[in-house]
Amino acid sequence: MSKTAVQSAAMPAAPHEAEWPLWEVFIRSQHGLAHKHVGSLHAPDAPLAIRNARDVYTRRNEGVSIWVVRSADVHASAPGDREPLFDPANDKVYRHPTFFPMPDEVKHL
Amino acid sequence: MSAHDEPLLECLLRLGDTDLVLAQRLGAWIGHGPVLEEDIALANVGLDLLGQARLWLGYAGEVEARLAGRGRSEDELAFLRDAPAFRNVQLVEQPNGDYAATMARQLYFDHAHLLLLQGLARSCDERVAAIAAKGVKEAQYHVERSSDWVVRLGDGTDESHARMQRAIDDLWPYTGELFAADAVDVALSDAGVTPALAPIEAAWHEAIGAVLDEATLIRPSGTWMHGRGHRGGKQGVHTEHLGHLLAEMQFLQRAYPGASW
Amino acid sequence: MYAQLVDTGLAKVQDASHMSAEEQAFQARVDADVKIEAKDFMPDAYRRTLVRQIQQHAHSEIVGMLPEGNWIGRAPTLARKAILMAKVQDEGGHGLYLYAAAETLGVSRDQLIEDLHAGKVKYSSIFNYPTLTWADIGTIGWLVDGAAIMNQIPLCRCSYGPYARAMIRICKEESFHQRQGFDILMSLCKGTPEQKAMAQDALDRWWWPSLMMFGPPDAESVHSAQSARWKIKLLSNDELRQRFVDQTVPQADYLGLRMPDPDLRWNEARGHYDFGAIDWSEFHAVLKGNGPCNRERLRARVDAWDEGRWVREAAIAHAGKKARRAAASAA
Repeated sequence: MSKTAVQSAAMPAAPHEAEWPLWEVFIRSQHGLAHKHVGSLHAPDAPLAIRNARDVYTRRNEGVSIWVVRSADVHASAPGDREPLFDPANDKVYRHPTFFPMPDEVKHL
Repeated sequence: MSAHDEPLLECLLRLGDTDLVLAQRLGAWIGHGPVLEEDIALANVGLDLLGQARLWLGYAGEVEARLAGRGRSEDELAFLRDAPAFRNVQLVEQPNGDYAATMARQLYFDHAHLLLLQGLARSCDERVAAIAAKGVKEAQYHVERSSDWVVRLGDGTDESHARMQRAIDDLWPYTGELFAADAVDVALSDAGVTPALAPIEAAWHEAIGAVLDEATLIRPSGTWMHGRGHRGGKQGVHTEHLGHLLAEMQFLQRAYPGASW
Repeated sequence: MYAQLVDTGLAKVQDASHMSAEEQAFQARVDADVKIEAKDFMPDAYRRTLVRQIQQHAHSEIVGMLPEGNWIGRAPTLARKAILMAKVQDEGGHGLYLYAAAETLGVSRDQLIEDLHAGKVKYSSIFNYPTLTWADIGTIGWLVDGAAIMNQIPLCRCSYGPYARAMIRICKEESFHQRQGFDILMSLCKGTPEQKAMAQDALDRWWWPSLMMFGPPDAESVHSAQSARWKIKLLSNDELRQRFVDQTVPQADYLGLRMPDPDLRWNEARGHYDFGAIDWSEFHAVLKGNGPCNRERLRARVDAWDEGRWVREAAIAHAGKKARRAAASAA
């Protein structure tokens, strides 16, 4: 993990009262071996963070395991390895570019 | 199953139209929600409902073909019927209002919808059971979401509490129609195609009551309900809102009859 | 494209003699294609430029939900409605990934949003144009997403790790967007004469603004050189614009649509299409806030934010209550 732990300390002088805290999201896919960091989102508490993570980062794929951690609670070492790529959910067939058969003679689509 | 095709067609239109109208309502929030995560979540709920609507309307077309020789496509059903031919419950055509109103509408609908789908998943009609089974997981998620939001808003700030109380009070009279069984409902539940509505109503009241209590909201107590005497959306009697909704939704197909898109 | 008017703050490209040891080490990493991560040393100007560029990209995605969201309720078939809802939802998701990338640089999303609402930062000029017909939705997917892909693929290799990773995630979803647009136009162009005319009218209105998306000509893009050195801007405006024209003209030919440019012609010697002069006064007017929809777009975002304040506050209040109750019962 290579996220900075200093976001809460870097808050602007006039804090936004209703600002939802930032959470880091980790997902283990159905056949994955470990949770991977996929990004962050804002939520007022852990249950909504998990629910939103399901909507934003998995498009509600089945069988995924989600961890959320307040960004302020993540403590990072020196920058590590490159993070793995994210795989989109499979449940909606039209999300995949191949859903629209494009004419062969038209390039760059 | 052909003995029940007429009430079955009615039932499929009720299910499909209800999902479709609610999906249309939710689509209007996208890009205008209170926070970005909610835009994404509402779009997911809307997409789930739209997907279910298409399955119900698709099956409706097939049943119509059995009865009448030709069945309409999902698009013909969605875009070429006028309001009196729509069979959605009146609850879902109510305007979005503020976020409390939208969440109240979702709360009432989602709990009833989950119970109904769980019953339909046991239907003796295999197709109904399959469509319903697919919808159950999504409906469970929707119930969690809307219940959670009603609790957050009910037990949040004074302002959110007031808005949430007003919303659940305003929409309460539309909930009776969800459980008002008419001859179509009775014929199908007697035949094992659909679940009986009375037990669903009881379970719904208990579930809603628990959410409202946790949300520190006062349970509405009025008994006057829209759609009484079987003059509700399920029988094609709607509120003023549906006409406007359909006028917008159907415009292109009406303006360019026969065109393919 | 999202760096329209992003000022690096440096009058000219820094050379080694002006850099501290830390800055030299930083530049060496960039040159070697080693990603810069959130906790790494980076020059202040690099951080500021990135915050500006990434947030403008994020704001573009969010504002971009509005012109297309305008047609969700009127999509002409249920399939098209579902696809459009999914596309607009994706754009929200892309905005979210980009805000998350910007936040790794030590800014808060709420602050970025308020800067947008106060008019301090920009979003892509293209979203200040109206969607007047269903054909506009197809055209936006074809041209605007096409241009965005062209700009975004190189950004997958940019020097800042969180931004590059967000771009990779975004690019995977983006080609679906372009194809859905082209698919809409294929249906229209194969349809009734009225539908074909609708498609032609949309192209007439969106072509030139799409070319403007790539930003001013290179000769006028004063600050690009430093951004290029830092590998946060990988290809020049003119280069991207030319590629876009070359790629798109044959697609228009396939559709049977006419480009609204009498000077457009294939130049055999150059191996590229020559195209007509762009009216840069329109571009600058739009950037200044005087395009067809600037006020409306910003008003829509401000209204959503303001009208949603009580919801966000309620969620925080509730979370606080729950936390206090949990603490009290644990005590």
